[in-house]
Amino acid sequence: MFRVKGKENRERKENATSRVTSIEDLGVQGKADGVIKTIRILPSRGWVPIKLKDIWEYRELLYFLTWRDIKVRYKQTVLGATWAILQPFLTMVIFSIFFGKLAGLPSDGIPYPIFSYSGMVIWLFFANGVTLSSSSMVSEANTIKKVYFPRMVIPISAILSGGVDFILAFIVLLGMMVFYGIMPTVAIVWLPLLFLLAFVTSLGVSLWLSAMNVMFRDVRYVVPFLVQAWLFATPIAYSSSLLKGKWKTIYGINPMAGVVDGFRWAILGVETKPGPMIAVSSVVAVALLISGAYFFRRMERSFADVV
Amino acid sequence: MCLDNLAVQVEGLGKQYRIGERQARYRSLRGTIADGAKAPFLRAASLLRGQAYGAASLRAEIWALRDISFEVKKGEVLGIIGRNGAGKTTLLKVLSRITVPTEGVAEIRGRTSSLLEVGTGMHPELTGRENIYLNGAVMGMKRAEIRRKFDEIVEFSGVETFLDTPMKHYSSGMQVRLAFSVASYLEPEILFIDEVLSVGDAEFQKKCLGKMDEVAKGGRTVLFVSHNMSAVTRLCERTILLDEGGILYDGQTQNAVKTYLKTGMGTTAEREWPDPEKSPGNDIVRLLGVRVRIEDGRVTDAIDIRKPVGIEMEYEVLKSGHVLVPNLHFFNEEGVYAFVVNEQGPTWRGKPKVPGHYISTAWIPGNFLSEGSMIVGAAISSMNPVIIHFYEKDAVAFQVIDSLDGDSARGDYAGPFPGVVRPMLKWTTDYRG
Repeated sequence: MFRVKGKENRERKENATSRVTSIEDLGVQGKADGVIKTIRILPSRGWVPIKLKDIWEYRELLYFLTWRDIKVRYKQTVLGATWAILQPFLTMVIFSIFFGKLAGLPSDGIPYPIFSYSGMVIWLFFANGVTLSSSSMVSEANTIKKVYFPRMVIPISAILSGGVDFILAFIVLLGMMVFYGIMPTVAIVWLPLLFLLAFVTSLGVSLWLSAMNVMFRDVRYVVPFLVQAWLFATPIAYSSSLLKGKWKTIYGINPMAGVVDGFRWAILGVETKPGPMIAVSSVVAVALLISGAYFFRRMERSFADVV
Repeated sequence: MCLDNLAVQVEGLGKQYRIGERQARYRSLRGTIADGAKAPFLRAASLLRGQAYGAASLRAEIWALRDISFEVKKGEVLGIIGRNGAGKTTLLKVLSRITVPTEGVAEIRGRTSSLLEVGTGMHPELTGRENIYLNGAVMGMKRAEIRRKFDEIVEFSGVETFLDTPMKHYSSGMQVRLAFSVASYLEPEILFIDEVLSVGDAEFQKKCLGKMDEVAKGGRTVLFVSHNMSAVTRLCERTILLDEGGILYDGQTQNAVKTYLKTGMGTTAEREWPDPEKSPGNDIVRLLGVRVRIEDGRVTDAIDIRKPVGIEMEYEVLKSGHVLVPNLHFFNEEGVYAFVVNEQGPTWRGKPKVPGHYISTAWIPGNFLSEGSMIVGAAISSMNPVIIHFYEKDAVAFQVIDSLDGDSARGDYAGPFPGVVRPMLKWTTDYRG
């Protein structure tokens, strides 16, 4: 008998409210005619588990949202996906003129244009991911208010959709390598891992920002500034070899410094082999992701009410 | 009690919202600046504590739901009615996990789908074909499942020819049809539906109601929120009546509808314009209010189909010398222009109204209107020459409800009963043989 009255009822309620998990999947109960999924809905307070399993269950939705973002991104633009190439390419041209030629910044012994372009390609994957993703919860407000799914799917798909832009810009990078006669070394096998590190950093930052953006639209004004400042704090226009020894390791606190340096080493085979710096970057990136995920989950419960 | 045959169990469920408080009227500039300077830090602190509810200062709290307990058996179709703000949608949102309850427990046994809106996630830049997949995925369908049902969905929607056209070029009717078609091919064990029948053209609505009948009879558990009393009466055996976040009645649909009727929990039944500057009208006459009343004088939006209903217009005449004729325009929920009425009677016919305060009421007899929503537009015009002083479209609305007691014009027939009006006529039948 489920219905309980009076005191017993109150006890039951208190019992329920002291639980930490919001929606506890009691799992699958075996039944003669198949399986019945039971969902318990309870109030939720404080920190809650991340529940990667939930996100995995909604992987098809993740796929469709990413696919939609890719399809829609360059609709009604004249140049279409060319923008994915123009963005890093034009930045490279400007950097080459001002930083390469006029300021004469060192470029680790490779031509400055390909030096800055290679940094730009992986940087833009990160930066565009952060920009799109941090506003994603607000732009998906209507969906959030009408359907249930693990909310984390939204910022993840926003970053993943930038993967196509990355591939296009990367193809141009390969073309430039042919042009400058640079052969990749065996270090190229590290490329997927470095891409993953860029993704982890981007997602970590985005989870913090997108969750905050739901509550405080101030985030929208902070992001462009943050991204720009971060760009100059990352060795794209200049080389991290400007820093030596201990300082270079500390520089790794900016996870994108490790990513850009590592990316350049993996694809172009420059001498600046990543040392302790990339280890620091990896730790920071993972810490950002885990803390971001917990923060996001904590804020998640009020998204539909506030956004 | 065998728990196995329950699909939904709700126990002491409550949901509290914080709403923005009005700011105090008089504040010193210094105080405002000081508060303004402190505010970001206070907010940042509350954000870090995880208690932030947006950038506005939110202190007032309201319970949108309180102490809700009920059970739904497998295969049962439960109606949920109540006036606007009674908590119907909040209840569905909690049950479909969109928002988290503040207290209580709910247990849902089975695969669920919630239909709080049709077409969620659809994108205007994408084609119809692409949107079917996208919307299906958002509603919780698997890709293989969508692929399997694709042809049926397209056929049901009737937009085959525009399948590869971006949806932004669709008419709004086509968009709704496509969206509803996807929704109607969801196959959950438990379905939560919120007032989705109020969209689409008349013909398509009929198709949807038919589909709903099918779903309801197909052994699925359905929780159905609606303002459409005739649909609720037809589809649900049991109905919960919500009022101010609590359950006012839980039981037979007919009784729930009757209780709703009796308590007259209407909101759309009255419109007032206290500010003459903003009220409809001109320098000759201004509208002050429009109300839907029943015989005992109560204002209500739930009208028994057998009883007369009065539409009352309150207005102020500002200039003398004009013959002013109040008139009312009636539309049904499908937007069909049902009829128009002009003020009648020898007292005022052709006579100018002197400045002052007036109330005119038109009485529609019982057993005349059809079931469903009636939307009323209110106007005052002058004849010879024709001047429309104001025409307030959608001034008030009310529901005509047939509680299926058997003494309405519907007789003993319980199925869909078409027509803009449903008069009770005098019949004669002679036996001739």
